[in-house]
Amino acid sequence: MSDVSTTSLLADFNSAEAQKHRYYRHLKDVALRYMMALGGISVIVAIVLIAFYLVYVVLPMFKPAHIEQVAGYPVPAGTGTGSLYYAMEEQREIGLRVTGGADAVFFNTADGSLVHRESLLQETRARVTAFAAGDPSQRLLALGLDDGSVLLAVHEYRVTYPDDVRVIHPGIDWPAGREPVGMDESGKAIAMIAAQYDEDQTTIAALTEDQRLLLLNMVEEESFLSDEAEITTTKSQIPVAGKVTFLLMDVEQRELYVAEQDGLISYYDISDKADPVLVQRVQAVSIPTEITSLSFLSGGISLLVGNSGGEIAQWFPVRDPENNYTLEQIRSFDPQSARITSIAPEYFRKGFLATDDAGYLGIYHATAQRTVELEKISDNRLMQLAVAPRANAMLVEDDTGSLQFWEIDNEHPEISWSSIWGKVWYESRDKSEYIWQSSSASSDFEPKFSLTPLVFGTLKAAFYAMLFAVPLAIMGAVYTAYFMSAVMRDIVKPTIEIMAALPTVILGFLAGLWFAPFVEQNMPGLFLCFLLLPLSVIIAAYCWSRLPDNLRHKIPEGWEAVVLLPVIIATGIVSFALSQPLEIAFFGGNMPLWLTDEIGITYDQRNSLVVGIAMGFAVIPIIFTICEDAVFGVPEHLTMGSLALGATPWQTAVRVVLLTASPGIFSAVMIGFGRAVGETMIVLMATGNTAIMDMNIFEGFRTLSANIAVEMPESEVDSTHYRILFLAALVLFLATFLFNTVAEVVRQRLRVKYSSL
Amino acid sequence: MRAKSSFKNWFNSGDPWIWLNAGAVSLSIIMVVGLVVLIMVRGLGHFWPSNVAAFDYIDDDGSVIALVGEFIDAEAVPRARLAVDDSRIPADIDIIDRRLVRIGNRDYTGFDYRWVLDAAVHNLSYPENIMAVERYEWGNFYGYLKAVKENGEVTDADPDWESFLRYIAESEKILGEIHHIEKNLIGAVNYEMERLRLRERGLALDNVAPGSPAYAEIETRRATLQEEYNGYTGRLTDLYEQLNRASFVAVLAGGQKAELPFSKVVRAYRPNAMGVTDKTVFYFEKLWEFVSGDPREANTEGGIFPAIFGTVLMVMIMAVLVTPFGVVAAVYLREYARQGPFTRLIRIAVNNLAGVPSVVYGVFGLGFFVYFLGGTIDELFFAESLPAPTFGTPGIMWASLTMALLTVPVVIVSTEEGLARVPRAIREGSMALGATKAETLWRTVLPMTASAMLTGLILAIARAAGEVAPLMLVGVVKLAPSMPLDGNFPFLHLDRKFMHLGFHIYDVGFQSPNVEAARPLVYATAFLLILIIIFLNLAAIKIRNSLREKYRAAEQN
Repeated sequence: MSDVSTTSLLADFNSAEAQKHRYYRHLKDVALRYMMALGGISVIVAIVLIAFYLVYVVLPMFKPAHIEQVAGYPVPAGTGTGSLYYAMEEQREIGLRVTGGADAVFFNTADGSLVHRESLLQETRARVTAFAAGDPSQRLLALGLDDGSVLLAVHEYRVTYPDDVRVIHPGIDWPAGREPVGMDESGKAIAMIAAQYDEDQTTIAALTEDQRLLLLNMVEEESFLSDEAEITTTKSQIPVAGKVTFLLMDVEQRELYVAEQDGLISYYDISDKADPVLVQRVQAVSIPTEITSLSFLSGGISLLVGNSGGEIAQWFPVRDPENNYTLEQIRSFDPQSARITSIAPEYFRKGFLATDDAGYLGIYHATAQRTVELEKISDNRLMQLAVAPRANAMLVEDDTGSLQFWEIDNEHPEISWSSIWGKVWYESRDKSEYIWQSSSASSDFEPKFSLTPLVFGTLKAAFYAMLFAVPLAIMGAVYTAYFMSAVMRDIVKPTIEIMAALPTVILGFLAGLWFAPFVEQNMPGLFLCFLLLPLSVIIAAYCWSRLPDNLRHKIPEGWEAVVLLPVIIATGIVSFALSQPLEIAFFGGNMPLWLTDEIGITYDQRNSLVVGIAMGFAVIPIIFTICEDAVFGVPEHLTMGSLALGATPWQTAVRVVLLTASPGIFSAVMIGFGRAVGETMIVLMATGNTAIMDMNIFEGFRTLSANIAVEMPESEVDSTHYRILFLAALVLFLATFLFNTVAEVVRQRLRVKYSSL
Repeated sequence: MRAKSSFKNWFNSGDPWIWLNAGAVSLSIIMVVGLVVLIMVRGLGHFWPSNVAAFDYIDDDGSVIALVGEFIDAEAVPRARLAVDDSRIPADIDIIDRRLVRIGNRDYTGFDYRWVLDAAVHNLSYPENIMAVERYEWGNFYGYLKAVKENGEVTDADPDWESFLRYIAESEKILGEIHHIEKNLIGAVNYEMERLRLRERGLALDNVAPGSPAYAEIETRRATLQEEYNGYTGRLTDLYEQLNRASFVAVLAGGQKAELPFSKVVRAYRPNAMGVTDKTVFYFEKLWEFVSGDPREANTEGGIFPAIFGTVLMVMIMAVLVTPFGVVAAVYLREYARQGPFTRLIRIAVNNLAGVPSVVYGVFGLGFFVYFLGGTIDELFFAESLPAPTFGTPGIMWASLTMALLTVPVVIVSTEEGLARVPRAIREGSMALGATKAETLWRTVLPMTASAMLTGLILAIARAAGEVAPLMLVGVVKLAPSMPLDGNFPFLHLDRKFMHLGFHIYDVGFQSPNVEAARPLVYATAFLLILIIIFLNLAAIKIRNSLREKYRAAEQN
């Protein structure tokens, strides 16, 4: 070949055009490389994002509260007569200080400047000798005067929007009139007072300076004839023993608590105002220490007892089986370092704030038994404390006459490790329990967020599903992989794969609407079926082995499953046909009723048995497929060797095949379990979704996943409920991730083992 | 003696255990097939027009009443289950036969299903002149046709069946026209009105001065629309007048007379007079209505077309999203990333994600896509419609995106498997001929993997079509007022909520006020869904098998 012909066939390799083309191709190669890397990594990042986002939403629940001082100024209107009380309005713009001279001083919380000042004593010349506030959300102020009378006032805030700017106008109102109400006929000064009011009635308890405890109740009733309201007044006197230090009345006006010296608390039932009854006298703090602060938690059921040792404990009346109430200490909180000076309950949550002599401020949540924050905020003694209605700010007065305004960021105090996983003693309950109850119709309801019953329900569902699925799936897989003929295998495997693809909503709907009523009506038949199926299979097999050879050889080995199809169908039909005669003969014609009445087992129509079978149905194909792979992958020379040494096929299957494939079977079960744990629609539709903790197979449960599906759409964004549902999702995520990872690692090891064999 | 010992031998040989294992397979197969057959029979049987029976029934209190209705179900119950001790049944009978009858006429009787004891049924007959009327409200109506009225006057005291059907056809025509005006024409006007309102708000938000021509333009357009709207309402009034003119009188089972306007009638038929051919035609008509019609009566009657449409659209959007990303991730993992512990870790993670409960994806979708991404999009682009959210609320786009995330592992795993099966020789051959890696990938490897990708995609679609739990959180509703795809610009409304077959099953089966009436439709919906999913899966299996054959051939060469 000559040079000429070569050049004519091949273009110049180094021509500018060829170089450009090569460069272009190179560019494309590099571009694709980066594109793929970018795309691939971003997908992987997106997947990882799921975990991170769940954690990101959950974490704020466990953060401690954050407090920050916004302003500090001298006590508005001067310290001359001392401060009786502080409060704030909803927007935390305006604060209220009640002075010892009974002036209501409204001030701007941002700088302490005076907004409005009004005397509470307008129609009297008497002096204030006692002061108390009612339930904080009702803004009631009660003053005891030195002439034995009392005065009730309410601080109120009117909001207007001139030029779209919010302006708050504070003021004072007198629910029982501006004139004081006579309490003590003998005119002795009031030393201590407690009062509550609502639309229907007002109750005042007052201790005179000569240690008489008086009770006054005013009920307003509209008369039928005239529009005028008629006031019925009831008075009574309560005997007291020791020196009274605190007096508290609950917001429902049914209970009165009197704290005495030496740490005693007397608990009176005052639902009958004419005849108060002493229910109990209880030693609330041990002798050397004293009660230094006593307050209700919001809702007026729990008492918070702060003592001179810096400890705070929660007490509330507990009902015993005979319907008697006793005041019991429910829990105590992390102690502060010095005498508790003031306890301020939050308005709408079961949280509270406490200050002490050493300048520490503690923020707690009662039911969660959680110290959200404990911080030294001053070097001086803290005297007075008030929290804003939305619990997002507080006012603190110290003994140097300066007032501090703090902002509080405390969104989720009710969440603690113990409130999520542990038993919690809720108010009005007689013992500590695991309860999930996220919402209710009434407004003063405390949500109960224990995930334990949900986790229990999840595991219960998975347990019963596995009980049904594991034997069937593993046995089926062993047979399919090891004994079944190849032709039949090609039919069975796709069928099982289709079983895996069946939407769970269909399984759930069938379980709930068809299978649950079916089971209820044919329960004896179902149990008979469980019993007869294996028996009939063995009997059929024996009969088959007794058949003449020429008949037997019509169906080759590996087709046993086909022979059994009619046997199993017939057994099922016979079992369910016998169901009703059996039920009439042994169970009085109604087995569920018989179970409830005779055995004492509660029966729900949609119960764990139904879910177990329905979910088992969903799990079988998953376990089956992985198991079958593992068994099928067992190297042939192992089985051949075993058979050659004289082992029967079954011996080989159990001692060689199963043993070798056992890690694969284990991982199949793990993956199946993970699937059962996360399954939503079946449990949602086939159980009653009640969060109970009971292993009874005839009762329902509520699982994490069903709970999310039910409650997520109606939970408010970023609320505690929302975040705790995210926590439930995170728990599910982590649990299934763990199961699947273990399974995957085991499987990879197995693959290595097979290839080395 | 000999038989006994041989049984022992046989038992010890382990054969029974093999048979038991075989039994497990048989049982599984029976369960799968049984389930599909059960759903098929119950779902498809519903559309068959069964005969309507007329009989006298002895009621609980001993009085005899006349009943007319279709037998729906029959069962035998032990006497103890029926709490009351019934004198109508001889005392020596332990198992009582009873039947569920659909008596219809809910507006007259209060309930449209009741159980009757077989023993108390007398004079059972199937008169030919009983008619069954499907209505837009109150469920089925059963009775005997008596007269036709127009404007309250009896015009035909003894109408024949044909003329009666003509009346129905007429009112159906008018109803169709009304529907067209209300849904399409007025719907379009309302839609544009709403857009104008938003544009106006948008202008105000952009601080456009009140007198500027942009406002005037909006005003003129609004005036035209209003005029158009008035025209439509005028026509509607006429049509409604025409529609409500005619009515008919029928006699109920008990002899009571009832007057029904034709406008409430979907269709009327006389099942006892129909032959098998008529019934078959009727059956397929009903089946077609089920697949193509809108739901009626709180989803317990009519069709499921919006649910089918929503499912398909959601799945299609998901497929568009999931395919490129899944394939790119798989190619990166298999072809570009360096194989080592890190890629192994990622592979495990991807595998595991396929096992993460779907509801967790729903939670993520709601939190991240809907509230976070959607909320941000609303603030940036749809400020004029705030506080009403546009994308910051569950909708079809977020549902598709969530589903894409849920199914991306399926596509990755399947594509990777396909890539791994491409013989090394083919790759090396391509490189040896001077192709770059990109060219090798694009021209030889990816085309060979196409069917693996398709398998993955089909499996992903099957999974997405059947998944409900996450959709409940990110965009599915029981009744969507308007479809996500319609004639109003921009045609595809990604922010709208949609209906879904799976959710439809859950909702109608469990949240419906009239479960008994809804049940057959739930079965039918379930059957349709199963059919779709079995078809998709069989296709995937088929493709995968042929793929394996192909590579086996390629490797041998």
